[in-house]
Amino acid sequence: MKFWPLYSLLCVMLFNCDSKEDTPEDNYIPIPYQLEIPVLFQTKLIDPIIPLSNTLTIEGVALGKRLFFDNILSVNNTKACASCHLPQNAFTDPNQFSSGVTGIPGNRNSMPLFNLAWNFDDKYFWDGHALGLENQALEPVIDANELGNDSWEPIEAKLNNHDQYPLLFKQAFGTETITRQLVTKAIAQFERTLISGNSKFDQFSNGTVNLTTQEENGLAIFMDEERGDCFHCHGNPNNPLWTDNQFHNNGLDATFTDLGFGAVTGNPNDNGKFRSPSLRNLAYTAPYMHDGRFATLDDVINHYSTGLTNSSTIDPLMKKVNQGGVNLNPQDKADLKAFLLSLSDPSFINNPDFIQ
Amino acid sequence: MKKIVSLLTLALLIIACNEDIDDTTITIPEVTFNFTHHWDSTFINSTNLETETLTNANGEVITINRIRYLTSHFELTNLAGETYIFEGYKLTDLSDDATYNFTPVVNTIPSGTYNLKFVWGFNADDNTDGIYQDLNSESWNWPAMLGGGYHFLQFDGMYNVDTANPSPFNFHNGTARVSDGVFEDNFAVITFDAPITISNNTTIEIKMNIAELFKNPNTWDLNVLDTPLMPNYDAQKMMQQNILSVFSLGETTQ
Ligand code: HEC
Ligand code: HEC
Repeated sequence: MKFWPLYSLLCVMLFNCDSKEDTPEDNYIPIPYQLEIPVLFQTKLIDPIIPLSNTLTIEGVALGKRLFFDNILSVNNTKACASCHLPQNAFTDPNQFSSGVTGIPGNRNSMPLFNLAWNFDDKYFWDGHALGLENQALEPVIDANELGNDSWEPIEAKLNNHDQYPLLFKQAFGTETITRQLVTKAIAQFERTLISGNSKFDQFSNGTVNLTTQEENGLAIFMDEERGDCFHCHGNPNNPLWTDNQFHNNGLDATFTDLGFGAVTGNPNDNGKFRSPSLRNLAYTAPYMHDGRFATLDDVINHYSTGLTNSSTIDPLMKKVNQGGVNLNPQDKADLKAFLLSLSDPSFINNPDFIQ
Repeated sequence: MKKIVSLLTLALLIIACNEDIDDTTITIPEVTFNFTHHWDSTFINSTNLETETLTNANGEVITINRIRYLTSHFELTNLAGETYIFEGYKLTDLSDDATYNFTPVVNTIPSGTYNLKFVWGFNADDNTDGIYQDLNSESWNWPAMLGGGYHFLQFDGMYNVDTANPSPFNFHNGTARVSDGVFEDNFAVITFDAPITISNNTTIEIKMNIAELFKNPNTWDLNVLDTPLMPNYDAQKMMQQNILSVFSLGETTQ
């Protein structure tokens, strides 16, 4: 909200620069989009990352949304981003592995999409290999198992020959010439508007509702170094992202078929590390982990309780690995689960702005 | 408060000076703090943090996964007893060399001879739960059930790595819990006897010897005190004692 004047100024400036090549009567100045940042985020967190080269506009966000849901981006017009990122699942896929145009499933679970502008290191995917949302969006279009194109050129051609897209790009970016850079900019703008900050726990933090005794107990377990100790990686009431967005090995495997972060950094100390997911919206994002190996939250809690597997890169925060885990009793497990579910935000999955 | 005002005035002066086109500018020294990290004689930075195999005073062989720590309230006091307080705090992450330097926003100070002092963690006034957005964003918070505020240190690693059974340790320091709902401040004031002469822009090196955390006055036995240590009052107080010998002054460059 604070950026409003800056954004408007920049947009105007950017537009003015671009528009020098156009005839003046074609000029349309896109309207800056005012990101609705939850008060809790404003008070607790640093500002979201919005690149100056891609500030949000009403036209850009609307265009990005249309592209996100449009099968036109796939090689055979059968799949869209939204095929594997479903709004009702907090923009992830209920299948363990998603299938793209080929129908052949990939090897990682899809990821939910929300609060992406608060991923401060700006590293995306489970292994963090894409820097920036604009760069991230370049990949699925030409991934053989996702939208299946050999290259971006045919997509750029399809969009340029479309009866509506050129005008929409003109309105959003001041040019009718559609390039992959502008497509990914528009999609990234839409993705940055996907904010989830209205869970029951958020309302509790804002002082408008109370937690049940069970949820309170669950929070205490989450925050207790002697029991759950989840907060060192998954946020806390003062970090309402409910993730640190850092890379850890949380004790899933003894050896690694998927090296994760290690394949990106080339450092063997990073093998088997994946980015901590946010614990928001778990009610909608099953199955869990980078390979979707756990179908239920109970499975996840049992993993941390008694299922930890030692390996060369396990995080020392998995302190009780030699005893299999933090050994929660059945009551603690139930309480922890109740607390975790209080982080889910029905208003996010039902937000009409985010649904086609 | 007075001193903060004087620093601000100095800053304004500098700005005013810089705007002068003629060459009558008096230079007012600027101070930067540079932390270097060591395990006794082994120099540690992001490149070898996770690869060194080290032995602590009690004889356990350890490897390190991460070290992050908080320092604040840097003060320089001159021979006349005037104290200059530098606003701000510093979270150092050993995996990121870019965090080793601390340049306070207002960092000018008159030439003179000074003694340095800073706070390990946050003092009671500063350690208010949840108020620092940058530290919240780093998940640096200390649980409310342990008194809230912020971590002072997060030091995670494995010990007995020379045996068949390596085990994790989580050497985390912050407010000490005496009993349910009763908490005790646990910050430390780090002072240095050696005077620092400042006549020009100055970088003050502060050396952190990580091995001292396990050494002095309490020889730390990780087999007994590995994890959880955050809710352990005695462990927290032993850390507060051991921290006093961790820092020493290195080179001052101007
Ligand atoms: C065939 C299924 C599929 C399609 C189609 C697809 N994705 Fe994904 N998406 C995934 C999977 C699987 C991952 C995780 C992959 C990984 O980490 O290697 C992912 C990860 C992401 C992420 C990373 C989120 C984060 O927090 O790091 C973003 C953003 C994303 N997708 C956006 C898109 C966009 C935009 C499109 C359309 C241009 C798209 N996806 C199309 C399956 C898909
Ligand atoms: C050392 C850091 C760390 C700690 C501590 C930790 N986690 Fe995780 N958590 C992770 C990482 C990393 C992943 C993803 C791992 C993967 O997919 O390979 C994860 C995944 C999860 C998931 C799956 C989310 C999804 O969308 O797939 C849940 C749920 C979860 N953790 C809950 C917890 C709970 C509850 C605790 C405390 C008992 C806890 N975590 C402690 C790092 C941690």
